[in-house]
Amino acid sequence: MGRSGIFGAGLSKDNGIDMASGDKQSLGEMIRNSQIWKSIFRHPAPVDRRNRIVVVLTNFFLHLHPVSVKKQGIALSYTWCMGGVTFFLFLVETVTGVLLMFYYRPTLEWAYNDILSLRDVTSLGVLRELHRWGAHAMVITVWLHMYRVFLTGSYKPPREFNWVVGVILLLLTLLLSFTGYLLPWDQLAIWAITVGSNMARATPILGFEGPGQQLLTLGGIDMITSGSDARFGLLGERFVGEVTLNRFYVLHCIAIPLAATFLLAIHFWRIRKDGGISGPL
Amino acid sequence: MHGNEQVFIEGISPFLGGYYVALAAMNFVAGYWLWRCRKATLQAIFWFFVGLGYVGYLAPMALSADPHWVPSMPQVIRDTVNLALGGSTGAVVYSVGLLVLLVGLFLLRRFFVQGPVAWALLNLSLLALGLSMTDYNFYTIAAKPDNVPIVGLVFLLGFFTWLATARAVENDARTARGEAVLEYEEKETVLVWPDLVYTELICMIALTAFLLVWGIALQAPLEEPASSVKTPNPSKAPWYFLGLQEMLVYFDPWMAGVVMPSLIIVGLMAIPYLDFNPKGSGYFTIVERKFSYLTFQFGFLFLWVTLIVLGTFLRGPNWNIFGPYEFWDVHKVEALNNVDLSQYFWISGMNMALPKAPPGSGGFVQFLYILQREWLGIVMILAYLVLLPPLLATTVFRKFFLKMGFLRFMVMSNLLLIMMLLPIKMVLRWTVNLKYIISIPEYFLNF
Ligand code: HEM
Repeated sequence: MGRSGIFGAGLSKDNGIDMASGDKQSLGEMIRNSQIWKSIFRHPAPVDRRNRIVVVLTNFFLHLHPVSVKKQGIALSYTWCMGGVTFFLFLVETVTGVLLMFYYRPTLEWAYNDILSLRDVTSLGVLRELHRWGAHAMVITVWLHMYRVFLTGSYKPPREFNWVVGVILLLLTLLLSFTGYLLPWDQLAIWAITVGSNMARATPILGFEGPGQQLLTLGGIDMITSGSDARFGLLGERFVGEVTLNRFYVLHCIAIPLAATFLLAIHFWRIRKDGGISGPL
Repeated sequence: MHGNEQVFIEGISPFLGGYYVALAAMNFVAGYWLWRCRKATLQAIFWFFVGLGYVGYLAPMALSADPHWVPSMPQVIRDTVNLALGGSTGAVVYSVGLLVLLVGLFLLRRFFVQGPVAWALLNLSLLALGLSMTDYNFYTIAAKPDNVPIVGLVFLLGFFTWLATARAVENDARTARGEAVLEYEEKETVLVWPDLVYTELICMIALTAFLLVWGIALQAPLEEPASSVKTPNPSKAPWYFLGLQEMLVYFDPWMAGVVMPSLIIVGLMAIPYLDFNPKGSGYFTIVERKFSYLTFQFGFLFLWVTLIVLGTFLRGPNWNIFGPYEFWDVHKVEALNNVDLSQYFWISGMNMALPKAPPGSGGFVQFLYILQREWLGIVMILAYLVLLPPLLATTVFRKFFLKMGFLRFMVMSNLLLIMMLLPIKMVLRWTVNLKYIISIPEYFLNF
């Protein structure tokens, strides 16, 4: 094992000889020596130092990591694992969210009933629970992650910008949760969104009941009315209705997740480029 | 009513029984661990007996499902708490009480971070939670599916604050002795495979299991279909925005819902560029960065989290404040007689009517009258935001100013002053019933 070149495991003759000369192979060995396995993992099992390094370098999912890390970078008492947990919850939300989209139609006619039947009719009845509790948990873990990063002073140079990226991720997490809150279309949903979006009515200058709203007039005609202010832009209507439902659905399922994915890529990239997890000098 | 209570207690008694068994297990594990360490045998025995108390006494009592036997919070305590938090001064008692508590925890942190003390506090708070669950009013709010995460948040925050403080205290002691901090000892590197990869795998499996259990145990809420004519009372924003909704008590929506949230985001982003202190990067410490530490804790723990807890658990119909064991009575009235600063000045102070433009006067004249009416508030706010920063720069924050330079100092001081507007306004409301410092409803500009 491990005698072949880094990328040559599957092609090298050595292994072939190993296989032939060896006694009976176990099932695990058979799988690991098959052409299919070797086409996916192009190196022997990570049991020795070199292959443990190779596995991280050649595996797409693992290559997010460096090959080695400072011990404290993986100490639970230091990172609390909260960034990682947040990311995992993001993945859980993505998977369960896609499954929920199979069952849910964002219209006044169907939204509530689809959620109802998710509870009463659909098998795998915990789908909605996983998604909702996962969302709550993600808000909590992202706060805890920020709390940890602050308390260890990990935003200090050279990590200033990654903190800024993090703050945007925090905002996106809250907005994801907020837009999702409307989708069940029950009393809880529309009134929470109504309370939340009523604030936009008071946006300075751009809100129809905001200070300075009179500043934007053209020839004596108000530019900012209940039909053109910031709240209207958010809801697409004067109240929380079907247009809003559609808007929040698109934001929730497409726009914000895409933005978050993009920023997460930058966030992770920057952790590496800023010298890995922070630590004392 | 009595029949209902019986049904209610029978409903929750299996849960409570399981809860106390879990608390017992928690203490057994702790006791076992301490015993294994060989150093703390006495403590181990103590926690073992605490565990026995849970499983031998509280759990069976809870499982008896008899209202007389199920352990509950004594009525005296419930009444006292309701009186303190549910009265017209509830917000004062709550906020000041928590502030005192946080300051006390901070000042006596060397005492509170000790394992046995922290463990005793955890036990006590979990016990109080269990005892309170038999109160129907408490249970209705605390066990509402969407509120459960907030109970979790409180405990998680408590735990992690303890962890961070314990390490900071230890590090600060080491630094004082001239030794290296804890984190320094873990500088050597390990390979990602297997150390990190397996940690991640285990975390993922544990979390998946946790979410599945949570999902099976607690159904996601679904209320009646949406109706734009039936307004629920209270109407609450999602829980993570309840701090902002709580601010609505003291500010108009343009401040509480737009300006403040935007400044929170901007202020958070600005932190790395304002904190010029090179120390305390990459390890837990309090002493080496006291100012930024205290500022952040004040903003996060006090102004953000406690307001969420207040908004979730104590704000009821008509946004009135209720004790945790109090029935949410829609008809509870709270006298609202808040007064604007301009009314104080003109009516009470000068014994005059509020200045008012003569009917039919033009826009500019009206504007001048408004200025005259509100001059005191405008001057005060301007002085607060414009005069105070230079004053601070030349006095208490002199060193900061010299290190930070003009621009950074101005940004920092204004962000801080705006953050402090909230507690200032709270205190003014509680003490002199102040409504607005500047009140210009004509322009929707109330401050
Ligand atoms: C969707 C949200 C987020 C995800 C998934 C995420 C993920 C991560 C992960 C996996 C790490 C590695 C270390 C660790 O686990 O602690 C990390 C580090 C970091 N995060 Fe985040 N993060 C998020 C939001 C934030 C927020 C809100 C902030 C700050 C406001 C932030 C600032 C940072 C910084 C500065 C680091 C480097 C810490 C160090 O080197 O010690 N992140 N993030």
